[in-house]
Amino acid sequence: MDTAQIDAQTFDDLQANAGAEFVVELVDTFGEEAPLLVNELREALAAASAERFRRAAHSLKSNCSTFGATRLAALARALETDGLPAGPDGIDVLAAELPPTLAALQALARR
Amino acid sequence: MADRGARLLVADDNKVNRLLLTRTLELQGHRVSSAENGRVALAMLRAERFDLLLLDMEMPELDGFQVLEQLVADAELKDLPVLVTSSLEGVAHVVRCIELGADDYLPKPVNPVLLRARIDSSLEKKRLRDQQKELVRRFATSEVAQDLQQSGFALGGRRVDATVMFSDIRGFTSLVESQSPEETIELLNTYYTLMFDAINGQGGVVNQMIGDGLMAIFGAPLPLDGHAHQAVRAALDMVEMMALFNAERSAAGKPAIRIGIGIATGEVVAGYTGTQARATYTCIGDTVNLAARLEAHTKDAQRDILIDAATAAALPADLGRDVLGAVVFKGKSAATEVFAVVLPR
Repeated sequence: MDTAQIDAQTFDDLQANAGAEFVVELVDTFGEEAPLLVNELREALAAASAERFRRAAHSLKSNCSTFGATRLAALARALETDGLPAGPDGIDVLAAELPPTLAALQALARR
Repeated sequence: MADRGARLLVADDNKVNRLLLTRTLELQGHRVSSAENGRVALAMLRAERFDLLLLDMEMPELDGFQVLEQLVADAELKDLPVLVTSSLEGVAHVVRCIELGADDYLPKPVNPVLLRARIDSSLEKKRLRDQQKELVRRFATSEVAQDLQQSGFALGGRRVDATVMFSDIRGFTSLVESQSPEETIELLNTYYTLMFDAINGQGGVVNQMIGDGLMAIFGAPLPLDGHAHQAVRAALDMVEMMALFNAERSAAGKPAIRIGIGIATGEVVAGYTGTQARATYTCIGDTVNLAARLEAHTKDAQRDILIDAATAAALPADLGRDVLGAVVFKGKSAATEVFAVVLPR
């Protein structure tokens, strides 16, 4: 259960490749997009659309991997592969993990 | 290779991915646009010229597979290099992408070093393909190039009804002897430029250039309505262009150039002859031989444009022609009816 929240190597590589200033903006963009994706998960569940659900989880996982947000990425991967859940518990857990992850990313970006 | 960068399009529905990929590619020296789904990507590809597409395979509305299918079906876009990015696991997906025309597959998350290598490689392949197409166009007419691209190359011919034209410069040999080689080549190039213009303008295809001799076909490799009439119109244009050219020459104190044109209409065998390694598109048959004979006869007949009976019969009544009577040409037992086209005053 002790997956480090952010993988430092991945984040460092990202800054090295794309530039530190750009990564600040990218983290901010993720900060805007991630809640929208969580919303999408909830709506997909309400509409009982497995495809929409999978796609939203996949996008979240993909973005988390980009930043090295490993714990959040693992949660998203589970949602992606397990298919449409019976209830919103999985989404709630992920949603709860989002703000601290974003905060950690913001901190790293502005370091 | 990265001096000017290429024009790239990134298609990905995920905003963070789109921004990062765009940024990575711009840092590598390219000019990048982005699209958030397949539909927008296709619209942008049709509106503007791109050198390469980076395509995410899992987008809403039109998915990556559907985009690939549409690209292959589009004559303008089927040669566009496409790199697909996806975290789809499994060999089956990769194989399907390649079958659908993708140049390469990049797993997500995209490694910047691998991305650069694959893009450079794809762009280089495209550049070589374009160079090849350009070469074919340079040595064959665009009609033949198109024919080659569509049907592929095969030795062999087919019978078609067409009109064949031969043209050359009268007294060319003595002309060559009277001027420098540079002047001769310059003259030939100007002559060819004018003749090509006149012939292409009436739907004809210049088939061969041998010294100052030129052979053109109307009606092959692509069919042409009223090919006999078009050929005669081209001949009249050629004579008119030479008249203008000669006005310039005499102003520069140079002698005038006279051309002779022979035109015959009938069945020809058209196709690729030669060997698998080296071939040329050509027409053969009686009609071709007759056109050549008519052209040679222009000297004796003292007329610029000579045509056969079949060509004359296909012309509108108001296109003036004089009956020169029957001539026995070398290699033919029967005499041939020869007509001379009346030049406009």
